[in-house]
Amino acid sequence: MEKRVFFEHRLTPYLLVAAQLAITLIFFIWPAAQAFYQSTITQDAFGLSTTFVGLANFERLFSDSLYLHSIEITLVFSALVAASSLSIALLLAAMADRVIRGSSVYKTLLIWPYALAPAISGVLWLLLFNPTIGIIAYALRQVGYSWNNFLSGTDAMILIVAAATWKQVSYNFLFFLAGLQFIPRSLIEAAAIDGASPFKRFWTIVFPLLSPTTFFLVVVNLVYAFFDTFGLVHTTTAGGPAHATEILVYKVYRDGFVGLDVGGSAAQSVVLMAIVVLLTAIQFRYVERKVVY
Amino acid sequence: MAEIELNGVTKAYPNGVVALQKVDLKVADREFLVVVGPSGCGKSTLLRLIAGLETLSGGHVLIGGRDVTRLEPAQRDIAMVFQNYALYPHMNVYNNMAYGLRNRKTPKPEIDRRVRETACILGLETMLERKPRQLSGGQRQRVAMGRAIVRSPAAFLFDEPLSNLDAKLRVQMRGEIKRLQRRLGTTGVYVTHDQAEAMTMGDQLAVLRDGRIEQKGSPLEIYRRPATAFVGGFIGSPAMNFLDGRIEEGGRKLRVAEMFSIVLPGAGLPEQEGRNLTVGIRPEHFKINGNAASVELPVELVEPLGGQTLIEVLFGKKIVTVSLDGAIAIKSGDRIPLSVDPAQLHLFSLENEVRLDCIAA
Ligand SMILES: Nc1ncnc2c1ncn2[C@@H]1O[C@H](COP(=O)(O)OP(=O)(O)O)[C@@H](O)[C@H]1O
Ligand SMILES: [Mg+2]
Repeated sequence: MEKRVFFEHRLTPYLLVAAQLAITLIFFIWPAAQAFYQSTITQDAFGLSTTFVGLANFERLFSDSLYLHSIEITLVFSALVAASSLSIALLLAAMADRVIRGSSVYKTLLIWPYALAPAISGVLWLLLFNPTIGIIAYALRQVGYSWNNFLSGTDAMILIVAAATWKQVSYNFLFFLAGLQFIPRSLIEAAAIDGASPFKRFWTIVFPLLSPTTFFLVVVNLVYAFFDTFGLVHTTTAGGPAHATEILVYKVYRDGFVGLDVGGSAAQSVVLMAIVVLLTAIQFRYVERKVVY
Repeated sequence: MAEIELNGVTKAYPNGVVALQKVDLKVADREFLVVVGPSGCGKSTLLRLIAGLETLSGGHVLIGGRDVTRLEPAQRDIAMVFQNYALYPHMNVYNNMAYGLRNRKTPKPEIDRRVRETACILGLETMLERKPRQLSGGQRQRVAMGRAIVRSPAAFLFDEPLSNLDAKLRVQMRGEIKRLQRRLGTTGVYVTHDQAEAMTMGDQLAVLRDGRIEQKGSPLEIYRRPATAFVGGFIGSPAMNFLDGRIEEGGRKLRVAEMFSIVLPGAGLPEQEGRNLTVGIRPEHFKINGNAASVELPVELVEPLGGQTLIEVLFGKKIVTVSLDGAIAIKSGDRIPLSVDPAQLHLFSLENEVRLDCIAA
């Protein structure tokens, strides 16, 4: 039987969703429309006159070597964050699965980093890696590596990858742990009797059965690395040194608010929006399907 | 081919549950042993200890004369069929069966030959490409069997493999498993809570209760001479009736439920003179229109099964089940004269439920 609520007045339902609609309109639809509009104009240096230029901003964008460079490092950054946070989380979950099986204390402790704001996670890792006072930088110097994330682009990239990964590991861990506990014990036992080593059991039985979870997490982590890491970059490297960590979300801000290139920045926003739409579509297309194997 | 031997096997789980206590058990080479007992009595634990999926708290497990107590499951050369089948859901039937052979580095042509041969035995030739979720319950059951057979292990272990099937398929599969085991000549341990399965499948039966072996023997031995009241009540269907009894006249006579007396065979039970005990009578051992020793009892309920008629009669304050051959014209409210052959009575001590045998004359 279908359960339905009927309202006396026809306007009541609209009234009830009005607040949500207003928020969506003001904070999502309106800015998105603005971005589309602004991506087709240019402003003079004082912001006094605007000119409609069609797709010129996009043309300029994709012939700008700095922007292409930004795309490249964003891909590297996202791939590194997704790969390392997923593999660390999977390793932890596989170890935890043996020990806890249901105990929620560990799970609660392990989820804490996820509750931190990206900026705070960034500051934490900035301090750890600080070339003069950071404990990790100190340890690296002890083993002969002279760490300096203010001078070396590679070091700066490692820093933001570490910070972004750390924050994401706990989230992935929880999903992996839930996925692992959903796999019947008897499957692993059957494989053990079938002569598979623990390593082999993991790769031939557990990992394939986790693939729906893994796929879901890959998409979530890519979205995170692409769009949720602004605060992190802003508090640690500010895109430097020499654009080495200027990922796409950060470049939007730099070009728009620091460089005051409103048209170019808006065009970048539109590109980012397109990427979100694409990732969401992939998510819906594949992840929503119940059985993948 | 191998015999299996358990010596003083004890298992205490970390939470304090003692699932098995000093179990001694021997399964001869090529024998099919069925371990039967109510749910929670430790059947799965017993099997998992033989398989090496749990570690022992005490005792030893020997397979083919080799002490395997500390060996990994893979090194024990056994195969197990799980209650939920535990088929690998992401692999097709072929790969499910080939998995164990591949892990043991069997040459590819050999794997192919054995998988196809096994599939042929089990009638799975046309399903090799299917995933487990595309199979019916009975077919999954067969694949689980196939996965065990294909490796030709020293022993098969079965953990209630038929309990997820419907009644008809269950009867069919139990015959099939039994035939297969005979044909392959592989030693087998089969656990179940179903006494009919146990009676029909086992060369030998072991009745397990609260982590102890209560009796071991052939199905008919156990049916004819149950060692305890528990075994008597558990094996046989419909279940044995239990009545109160007292030994009288120097052990020569048994007074049943203060209603009638029976002359015991041989010299009776002189040592039990004047003592109360438990009398077990199987429903199929009652006779109608018997001798002078018969009693008239009121019929409460009649269940005609066609080839057999089950009758519930009021025996003093107790309801007693009587099973008679054929269709019999009796209706509830009737009174029927019933008698029992004294040689088919089972007497159990009241204190420890142990069987008491009459002394031969
Ligand atoms: N992993 C376990 N941890 C603690 N207790 C267990 C575990 N497995 C089984 N038990 C307990 O051991 C007893 C025997 O269980 P089991 O061997 O599964 O019985 P059966 O298979 O005959 O139903 C039960 O009381 C059960 O609760
Ligand atoms: Mg069980």
